[in-house]
Amino acid sequence: MDRPRPTPPPPAPARRSLQRRTRAWPAGDRLFDTIVLLLGGSILVITGLAALELFLGGEPALRRYGLGFLVGTTWDPVHQEFGALPFIVGTLVTSFGALLLAVPLAVGSALFVSEYAPAWLAEPVSYLVELLAAIPSVVYGFWGIFVLAPVVRSIQIAIFMNPALRSIGFLRSTPTGLGLFTAILILTVMIIPFTASVSRDVLRLVPRDQREAAYALGATRWEVMRHAVLPYARAGILGGVLLSLGRALGETMAVTMVIGNRTAVVDGLFGQTATMASVIANEFTEAAAGPHLSSLILVGLLLFLLTIVVNIVARVLIHRLTPRGIG
Amino acid sequence: MVAERLRQGGRARRRRRLLNGVATGLVALSAVIVLTPLVLVLIYLVGRGIGSLDLAFFTQLPAPAGEPGGGVAHAIAGTLELLLIASAIGLVIGIGTGVFVAEYPGHPLVPTVRLLSDALIGIPAIVMGLVAYALIVVPLHHFNGLSGGVSLGLIMIPYVVRATDEVMRLVPRTVREAGFALGLPRWRVIVSVVIPSAASGIVTGAMLAMARVAGEAAPLLFTAFGNQYWNFDPLKPIAALPLVIYTYSISPYDSWHRIASASSLVLVVFVLVTTALTRFVFARRAR
Repeated sequence: MDRPRPTPPPPAPARRSLQRRTRAWPAGDRLFDTIVLLLGGSILVITGLAALELFLGGEPALRRYGLGFLVGTTWDPVHQEFGALPFIVGTLVTSFGALLLAVPLAVGSALFVSEYAPAWLAEPVSYLVELLAAIPSVVYGFWGIFVLAPVVRSIQIAIFMNPALRSIGFLRSTPTGLGLFTAILILTVMIIPFTASVSRDVLRLVPRDQREAAYALGATRWEVMRHAVLPYARAGILGGVLLSLGRALGETMAVTMVIGNRTAVVDGLFGQTATMASVIANEFTEAAAGPHLSSLILVGLLLFLLTIVVNIVARVLIHRLTPRGIG
Repeated sequence: MVAERLRQGGRARRRRRLLNGVATGLVALSAVIVLTPLVLVLIYLVGRGIGSLDLAFFTQLPAPAGEPGGGVAHAIAGTLELLLIASAIGLVIGIGTGVFVAEYPGHPLVPTVRLLSDALIGIPAIVMGLVAYALIVVPLHHFNGLSGGVSLGLIMIPYVVRATDEVMRLVPRTVREAGFALGLPRWRVIVSVVIPSAASGIVTGAMLAMARVAGEAAPLLFTAFGNQYWNFDPLKPIAALPLVIYTYSISPYDSWHRIASASSLVLVVFVLVTTALTRFVFARRAR
């Protein structure tokens, strides 16, 4: 904005007072630039410091267990034997399980809001979907313990009572209501709004012509969605799915409260297990210094790197592959 | 032959119409399924929590385990204090960074700062808790409220950055040029012209960021830690409402479950009212 300005003198009194005020502090611009640059640069410092602290905290465990940490299945604080595989598996299985349930529902509700519902209904529905993201994780956990877990428990009991289903090892479980399946259900509810709101915004950006051309060919509404609208919005929706994935990977409280917190690789749909985030939440305050603490911080470092990569890819997809920047 | 074609066409059309109807039904159904949990959660919280909301809940300390009564006054105060610390960090750094990325688009650091701030939004809250633990709890050798506030502040930063960035870029170029035309230096244009016109949006973003971190429990577990008694000293453990909900709902006592349900209700009402209010106010101002 530093183009040369033609300077017709403005009314004298105003000019004089303004110039007096600013002249009183000629270094103002340079000082302001410096302050803003320092504040903006602090994001770099914070991210760097976060990575450094996590690395320093996890480094003893990394040195002690090496890359075997990633594939070890024993997590034994008593004998100081630590492998993170149960939690890596737990995080991936809960996250992708939740995505499997959440994505169709989220895209469906985004279609409803942007294509099917009349305006008077679309506005409140999309607002309510966003409210789902505003409810704190710990409140979902509370609800999960007292409402969802009993429901899951009765499903487990029904499976147990049915001789045919009981013989399937995958479904075998102790009917506590707490475990992988409950965690997946809670996560599904919690990550839906992220895919839904990005999908809704992307769907709204699909040009009218795209729809009208398909309608003019005699397509039904569903055919328009299926062949003209959804393919156009594909990349943006994928970005939204990745945002949801990022959320699911790091979701902590609700998962910790319903997953059972067993430090072993999950053994079935209803099995009790733990995730990377939940093991930190569950054990960190009890961890004495030494390998246990360091192993937990190393799990935190893995989670940090994993979510940063997923989120950057999501952002790039959303920014690059849709007509305008969204979300 | 023509008749046969028409008949076939009719069948195909009927099938397409049926498919279309099924798809419409599924789309509407998915919206219903998505909203059902919200309704269920809210109904459950109100139904179970409202009976335990009395004066004692807001004014007293918790009763001993297993005994009825008591309140969470200390945790409400603790959450407010943590929010104060968090805002001091989150708002200063967040708004400053937002101004930087919005007003200095040519600066070589801007793309990196914007990308990192977007990436920070996705970093799990509990990881930010680990960072605050390493930075503050370890040197001080004990859990303390300050580290909890700092972890919440770190979580707030990227939300405030994005809100500030977005609304400041909405301020028209002509408004800035009017300021320059008066002979104002750049910093005066930003401080006295651009920021005031973007103020309502920045306030909205700040409120939403506060509402978001108000419900965070994960980073507080091993920073603020929680406390059963009154404490305002930021260098000692401080109670927080989300921590109360966590510890009380995994406890075996029914009276504690009731406190957890009432606390959840209070927290959700606070978060939803803040969200709705800011949205409402901002929508009206923007018009």
